[in-house]
Amino acid sequence: MSISKTKKLIKGAFAATVIGAASLMTAGAALAEYPEKPITFIVPWGAGGGTDTTARIVGKLMEEALGVPVNVVNRTGGQGVVGHSAIATAEPDGYTLGLITAEVTMMHWQGLTDLTYESYTPLGKMVGVVGGLQVKAGSEYADAQAVIDAIKANPGGMTGSGTGLGGIWHLNMAGMLTSAGLDADAVRWVPSEGAAPALQELVAGGVDIVTPSINESAAMIEAGEVVSLAVMAPERSVHFPDVPTLKEATGIDWNAGSWNGVAGPAGLPDDVLAVLLPLIEEIQASEELAEFVNDRKLNLFALPADTWSGELADIDAAMGDTMRAAGIIE
Amino acid sequence: MELFQQSFALVLQLDVIIALVAGGAFGLFLGAMPGLTATMALALLVPVTFFLPPVPALSLMLSAGSMAIFAGDLPGALLRIPGTPASAAYCEDTFRLTQGGCAELGLGLGLFASVIGGLVGSLILTFAAPMLARVALNFSSYEYFWLACLGLTCAALVSQSTPLKGVISLLLGLLVATVGLDSTTGYPRFTFGSVEMMGGISFIPAMIGMFAVAELVNSIARTPPVQGKPTQRIGSFSSNISKRVWKYRGHATRGSILGTLVGALPGAGADIAAWVSYAISKRLSKTPEQFGNGSEEGIVAASSANNSSIAGGWIPTLVFGIPGDSGAAIIIGVLYLKDLAPGPTLFLYKPEVLYAVFIAFFLANILLLFMGAVMIRLSTNILRVPFSVLAPLIMIFCVVGAFAMNNSYFGVGIMMAAGVVAFALKANDIPVAPAILGMVLGGLLEKTFLTSMVKANGDPLMFFSRPIAASLGIITLALWGLQLWSSWKKRQRLTQTG
Repeated sequence: MSISKTKKLIKGAFAATVIGAASLMTAGAALAEYPEKPITFIVPWGAGGGTDTTARIVGKLMEEALGVPVNVVNRTGGQGVVGHSAIATAEPDGYTLGLITAEVTMMHWQGLTDLTYESYTPLGKMVGVVGGLQVKAGSEYADAQAVIDAIKANPGGMTGSGTGLGGIWHLNMAGMLTSAGLDADAVRWVPSEGAAPALQELVAGGVDIVTPSINESAAMIEAGEVVSLAVMAPERSVHFPDVPTLKEATGIDWNAGSWNGVAGPAGLPDDVLAVLLPLIEEIQASEELAEFVNDRKLNLFALPADTWSGELADIDAAMGDTMRAAGIIE
Repeated sequence: MELFQQSFALVLQLDVIIALVAGGAFGLFLGAMPGLTATMALALLVPVTFFLPPVPALSLMLSAGSMAIFAGDLPGALLRIPGTPASAAYCEDTFRLTQGGCAELGLGLGLFASVIGGLVGSLILTFAAPMLARVALNFSSYEYFWLACLGLTCAALVSQSTPLKGVISLLLGLLVATVGLDSTTGYPRFTFGSVEMMGGISFIPAMIGMFAVAELVNSIARTPPVQGKPTQRIGSFSSNISKRVWKYRGHATRGSILGTLVGALPGAGADIAAWVSYAISKRLSKTPEQFGNGSEEGIVAASSANNSSIAGGWIPTLVFGIPGDSGAAIIIGVLYLKDLAPGPTLFLYKPEVLYAVFIAFFLANILLLFMGAVMIRLSTNILRVPFSVLAPLIMIFCVVGAFAMNNSYFGVGIMMAAGVVAFALKANDIPVAPAILGMVLGGLLEKTFLTSMVKANGDPLMFFSRPIAASLGIITLALWGLQLWSSWKKRQRLTQTG
């Protein structure tokens, strides 16, 4: 193809784009109705995980209801800071939304970022998991009480794992220990990059106990390699009816869990909220979401935006207190 | 048995078959172009895998890798320029056969040997990986720390240039791996306040830069880009090729097993497998003078070795998350993208996906027999595609791929920077592969070291407290000692003579 011909083609394409854009703009001005262009939906965690799958289901349902493409984009890295920043710092026009996770109420206490839950417009809480206490199959600890007794008998002698230092499952361990009247570091915390490597370390005999969610431990429990002794929730999990709550097993009153929810940058305009809020409630009640939650042995934590906003403030304050008590922050 | 049924159901899907054929065609094409390597084919295919489910994505990669290695033989036979470094060992032999009017013999032998190598490699992978995984399930951070050390040591020592240059490259990779939030305490390092940097230098854009961009710049710098005019007509295959392969079955088997083992060694890939197998065959041959003059034995031995090393490279990749060569390092990136974090637990959680991958390996090598034969027919035409058309196309692929990784220009920047750095390294004869392994394993090394120290309450002797960890540790330390001793000896000899 000759150069002049190529140039002509490019010019033609450019003109067509301009005309297209112009007609879109007039249509927009006439109707001015959200949404009129594709929406970007940011996930701060990797493709294929529980958070990512939630986002993809929400994205698909939004796309069907709104009639514009909803592109789910993974912005991973920095223990969630990168993706959470991308959502919070986007233009608050409703065209950048995302899924925020429990880390929002923790990262700022650790000084990783200035972002707090107030950097977002909450649209609806979605799915979550509850903390657990797991040991290797065939271990000497028959129940949660035996674990607590062993820790009491030998403070600082046992090792535990589940996340990085100061992560949500480290907090789960620290909270359990302080609620039992022990020091937060009565079990030495061995940092890991998440539940899966921690469980591997447990099976290999590298650590004594782990405290990630029971939901993330499901595959190892089913493979017969790991046993769960307690869940850190007010009620037993529907997926694991035989595992007692921590309170039932030991009398210790401590609950912990992680969650995700749909949010946009702070200050989303009212016309956008008028479209999104009812839609999110619809998705929370949808069969697709319920089926996914059941398949993955997760928990549905559906909350409408206003209730969730109130809860976020409470959780954030409580997180600060617990992290301070656990010695994770000063 | 049920597991195998599930895996077959995963593989016998239209999208998997299409991925195998398309990946194979892409691999054949890139492998056949002088200056474009099999690793580059893999790096360029990464963005495509974003849009595929796990099994088709991995099928695409393994098919491209296997076929590119064979295709490297084509320009070797027709132009005397190996298409990939893996074909360099026996390039002279195939070219001599072509000159003697037997192009189809050299290429046909190479094709059959490649298929045999690939199949044997797949067989070893299928049986060895799950067995190793069962052992590896008992590995704690101590064992992984020593494995990472061992992998990095091999990477630095096995590379073709001097160990010193290998270590320089390795340390550069380790340095880059420290950028971002430290995985144990979450403390930001070398981030300069940038949120993007907190996520670290992700190694897929870096690898696209190191293997694709650097190679392009390299080919352009090597003026003029090698362009031959293959005019040789290729005769038709006859049944006597399979007879000849049968005659050299011993060479093919030995080459395949050797290739798988070399491939499984971190840092050593298809090119080293081919050289080692070629050299051993020459030493054991009754007609060593034939080697380099169109030795059929040499072609069969080396060609089976370089293809079997591909499957071999996947063994440590899947079982330990330690890549067998730079191509496998890219596979690790794809595994993470697809939420298939490599390691022994993968064999517990998703065995059906892994067995599906093993089956796909067999299919890819059977496909190679047919697609390779077609490629041999077409090769004289394909080799006429001018480099000036290819180079910009590949550059576009690179930019799109690096951008798609995280949907940000940060990745494109990393790719460009890595391309320039790799070009500078190569210009100074410093190998790039150790740097890649450093980047991939740096995180693992640091994490397992710190985890172990926390568990051991700061007592370094605990690194030898478990039997497997102790053995791995002693092997590692012995390797280091040996290397230091031999370089000290060498220096002494130099001072004595000089």
